[in-house]
Amino acid sequence: MVAITVNGERHDVAVAPETPLLWVLREHLKLTGTKFGCGIAACGACTVHIDGEAVHSCAMPVSLIEGKSVTTIEGLSPDRSHPLQKAWIAEQVPQCGYCQSGQIMQAATLLAANKNPSREDIVAHMDGNICRCGTYLRIINAIQRAAREG
Amino acid sequence: MNQRMSPNAVSRRNFLKTAAGLSFVFAIAPDALAPGDEALADTARPDGPYAPNVWLTIAPDGAITVVSPAAEMGQGSFTTLPLIIAEELDADWSKVRPIFPTDWDGRKFGNPAYDYAFQTSASASVHGYFTPLRLAGAQARRVMLDAVAVKWSVPVTELSTEPSVVVHKVSGRRIGYGEIAMFAAIPAELPKVNESDLKPAASFRLIGKDTDRVDVGLKVDGSAKFGMDVQVPGMVYAAVLQSPYAGGAPLEIDDARARAVPGITDVVKLPEGVGVIGTTVEGTQAAKRLLRVTWGDATGAHLDSERALEDFAAIGRDMSRSGVPFENKGDAKAAMAAAKRVFRGDYRTRYVYHAQMEPMNATATVSADGKSAELWCGTQAATSLLEGVARILETDRSKLTLHQQFLGGGYGRRGNHEAVFDAVRLAKAAGKPVKLVWAREDDIRGGKFRPMTAHHIEAGLDETGKLVAWHHRVVAESVVAYSTGDSKPRQDRIVMKGSPIPQYPIADKLAEHVIENRGARLSPWRGVGNGHNAFAIESFIDDIAKDLGKDPLAFRLELTEGVPRMQHLLHVVSDMSDWPRKRSDTALGVATMVKDDTLAAGVAEVSVDRQTGKIKVHNFWAAVDAGIAVQPRNLAAQTEGSVIYALGSALRETITIKDGHVLQSNYSDYEVARMSDVPNIEIKVVSTDNKPTGGGEEGVPLPASAIGNAIAALTGVRLHELPFSPDRVRGALGV
Repeated sequence: MVAITVNGERHDVAVAPETPLLWVLREHLKLTGTKFGCGIAACGACTVHIDGEAVHSCAMPVSLIEGKSVTTIEGLSPDRSHPLQKAWIAEQVPQCGYCQSGQIMQAATLLAANKNPSREDIVAHMDGNICRCGTYLRIINAIQRAAREG
Repeated sequence: MNQRMSPNAVSRRNFLKTAAGLSFVFAIAPDALAPGDEALADTARPDGPYAPNVWLTIAPDGAITVVSPAAEMGQGSFTTLPLIIAEELDADWSKVRPIFPTDWDGRKFGNPAYDYAFQTSASASVHGYFTPLRLAGAQARRVMLDAVAVKWSVPVTELSTEPSVVVHKVSGRRIGYGEIAMFAAIPAELPKVNESDLKPAASFRLIGKDTDRVDVGLKVDGSAKFGMDVQVPGMVYAAVLQSPYAGGAPLEIDDARARAVPGITDVVKLPEGVGVIGTTVEGTQAAKRLLRVTWGDATGAHLDSERALEDFAAIGRDMSRSGVPFENKGDAKAAMAAAKRVFRGDYRTRYVYHAQMEPMNATATVSADGKSAELWCGTQAATSLLEGVARILETDRSKLTLHQQFLGGGYGRRGNHEAVFDAVRLAKAAGKPVKLVWAREDDIRGGKFRPMTAHHIEAGLDETGKLVAWHHRVVAESVVAYSTGDSKPRQDRIVMKGSPIPQYPIADKLAEHVIENRGARLSPWRGVGNGHNAFAIESFIDDIAKDLGKDPLAFRLELTEGVPRMQHLLHVVSDMSDWPRKRSDTALGVATMVKDDTLAAGVAEVSVDRQTGKIKVHNFWAAVDAGIAVQPRNLAAQTEGSVIYALGSALRETITIKDGHVLQSNYSDYEVARMSDVPNIEIKVVSTDNKPTGGGEEGVPLPASAIGNAIAALTGVRLHELPFSPDRVRGALGV
């Protein structure tokens, strides 16, 4: 049994300690907004926040985050009101949408640290997140819009 | 307000009062297969439309539920197709709620462009459905107008509509569509509408105007449901170790270590794999990796892709080997023999992988008698999926229920259903719902690729320097033969699309496919044959221009004489890129493409680091003409996205197969385009009066040749092979 706090709620889950956090979130807690893409921390689809830091949940054994606080896309805002979510809608970023939870969670930690990121800042921060549909330029625009509009 | 005195009227209204949001109130069946009637209108079903051939229902609160028949894989059909109905219905768009079909009878909702199959590919959805959906919307509007005319005792000709409101101008009366839904009967025979009843383009309120996509909100908060997200009560998990190559049956299975993993309940032999069933996803994935299996022999077991590509190139140059003609105008061979000058060019491309972000998966449950099944997945090809499952279960399609999900990328991959078929087999074995998940490694090693190709092209010029003969030989496996299992040589529209080059109206033209079967797993890939064919053709055109001392863009303006739509696009990208301006450390390259009557042109601006061989793309400008642009902003987004999709395949992406095994395993060694690769991209949508054609992948054919042409302009060196990986570029530059 492992105890974790996700989006402010405590859960005791009966899983092996080495189980990736991703599967605990998706299949055990049914928080499916966090996506499985590669399993080796190479695509960013599974990005969540652990104590405010962006982490690839597919490569994070759940036992290592006991006592820490996990935020998933479902916990980013209750109603799509996070500045990034508003900007993502305004810029009509998603196409297939599968990578976008991870993109938004990754971008959120950039804005938390840098209120006015340049395109270079954004590329450096976001380069681990793949979007196969090719929405990268819209993601850049949305991050800059969110920085601007707050 | 209810004019009808049917015995059900009271109970119907009571139902509306208590459950208005769910009730099926007013069905309009534009398709004459099953015209609506009072009984139909009075049948309240909380699970959806009673008469499943209807395209839309209207609830008392005015909410309009519209069937969107195509898969939504990012291309925006879930918005665009209902919007076409809403246009002619004159609906208030904010009231429209798209749904996926719940009935998969192709005669009702299938795509006319695919002989009424459910098939979302080749960017054929708007193209195939445009007119039928307009007629459906117009007919539904007409039914409502007729009902109001009777109710108000006015001639129907005095009625008009504003969004979701019928208006009688003479008396100033107005009634909303929701209110009409409360009383209107469905006529026994639906009114006939034809194209002359449709709105003139000048009256469009929605078509041609940018509308927010209906799926975007769901995709910014994690609530959009993909196949991977399906959770069914009582389900168990499965993983499959697949044969490394097509046709490999499991011979000996050592599953001792796999069965020892906690939660594993069964190991099941499959036609080309071994399935592991268990209580957790992590347990089944771990157990799959512990299986040791020997596989039966098959053609693909002997494939060595680099060696085979050498063979293909030699076959391409061997003019005694003829292929299956795909385009055959005039007499290309005679014209070539008579030509004053003949140019020859050879080009190669490698296997590429879809790399859709959502690995393949499916959830299935099979009834105890093995004859009925319920399926959850995202599919581009529901018709072939259902036919395939029906064959496996030896049952009728009517016994199958399919729950379509959003697709986490399709690009052609999700027209293949081996994960669904295995999920069905495993669910039957387990006797309970099974969710089958492929890991990324399974998705690549079991990938179905765009075939590698060798191209040999000859072009003949007459004494005036005019291009008069064209002969393009494509040596490749056949995707159609692989998909159908029928190896009889025949035209392959997947491999050969893009080879007819209608933008270059050459009198004597032959494009042929020399089919070499090497046993690889194959699939349509985004942009299909246009991707590899445009690379060869547009590189070759530039090589000819260079030899003739002509500017590549001016040369294309000569060649496209008589094709004003392409000439216009060339002028547009010339202006966008400031083509005549000389750059110092960068150069420009141009490319064109025509795919199923959609035209596009693009210009790349690139530089190259001669020491590392790394190409940098600085800018990309493209113009696209897909006829009437139904959703211009989305068409631009699709073109931009498909340019980026193809950027990875131009610069790095390669699948290598050795002794039948795919050598790549994940995004770490199959490197798709990342944000740092992406140039500034400007897309210009040129909307023309032509019937709308495809728009989901029209950027794919442009980057490889535009970049290669820019590199040739910059360095004088032609890159004949994809991808332009740094080592290959260094080799070509002689560094």
